[in-house]
Amino acid sequence: MAVCIAVIAKENYPLYIRSTPTENELKFHYMVHTSLDVVDEKISAMGKALVDQRELYLGLLYPTEDYKVYLSGQGVCQGGPTVARCTLGSDNLKPFRRKRVRAHRGPSTGSPCVTSAFPNQLCRYGYVTNSKVKFVMVVDSSNTALRDNEIRSMFRKLHNSYTDVMCNPFYNPGDRIQSRAFDNMVTSMMIQVC
Amino acid sequence: MADEALFLLLHNEMVSGVYKSAEQGEVENGRCITKLENMGFRVGQGLIERRNTVLLLVDLFRFTKDTARFKDELDIMKFICKDFWTTVFKKQIDNLRTNHQGIYVLQDNKFRLLTQMSAGKQYLEHASKYLAFTCGLIRGGLSNLGIKSIVTAEVSSMPACKFQVMIQKL
Repeated sequence: MAVCIAVIAKENYPLYIRSTPTENELKFHYMVHTSLDVVDEKISAMGKALVDQRELYLGLLYPTEDYKVYLSGQGVCQGGPTVARCTLGSDNLKPFRRKRVRAHRGPSTGSPCVTSAFPNQLCRYGYVTNSKVKFVMVVDSSNTALRDNEIRSMFRKLHNSYTDVMCNPFYNPGDRIQSRAFDNMVTSMMIQVC
Repeated sequence: MADEALFLLLHNEMVSGVYKSAEQGEVENGRCITKLENMGFRVGQGLIERRNTVLLLVDLFRFTKDTARFKDELDIMKFICKDFWTTVFKKQIDNLRTNHQGIYVLQDNKFRLLTQMSAGKQYLEHASKYLAFTCGLIRGGLSNLGIKSIVTAEVSSMPACKFQVMIQKL
């Protein structure tokens, strides 16, 4: 069940961000923000290679105490000790490469003791379109492990709805997304997938 | 398919509509061209976005080559010349030239929006009105793919026309 869905513009500001448990909303915002670094890295790493839709979808992003991390894209899943992976991930992110101002690194990187208020497994997935608009999805996989294909289909639906929003003549690219149809589609994804 | 004629007729009406409404206000040729170009820009953005999603579902082989993330500018220009032009005008650009320093010239020998006009000198000066929308279309498509550019068009003999794209390096 998707707990948080975010649409990030080319210039790395959110066009749309929504999460279901509304009490910890800030935490999800931080998570999405930190995921952007990983997305940026993946994009620049892919760089010159010919990429298709399978790799527009970036797979699981990096972990923190209660999250799994899979650096896929080439299909290799690296699970493993969460804390070790996360410090490795965050060290690779050099601050001077960032174009946005990073106010906070995210509350969960580097802290070795795992006393999370969230007992669930929260996985983050990324997806980038050709116009450099990024979708980040945080999924609660404690109930059922969502298969990769389901995540891909969710992203495809997101992409289609985003395209519809873009084609709306009353929508200026770069504004926050306020379309009700988009809202309804996201609501259906947040509730139904379980 | 009827949709081709639809776009042609709509486009012609659009041009005359913009010019008619300008007559009531201020009579400034440049303003109308800008309006048309901006319309084209917005349409180009939406079209590229839709192109990405549709191609992904339709044709596996083609999209690995085309909607795939483009390697460089030249790839993007080739995409514009082939797929983009085919989507809008049902044909490809006839000639693409570049000086490898950010200037590309796209030549279409039989531009769809001009074929309905007589192929002589009679309407040469009016032809630029009919090219403004397409200039905006190209600019919008490029901007959504991450390229800032300036697009101009010129007609030397109907119905052939050239679009010059100047890429602005950041």
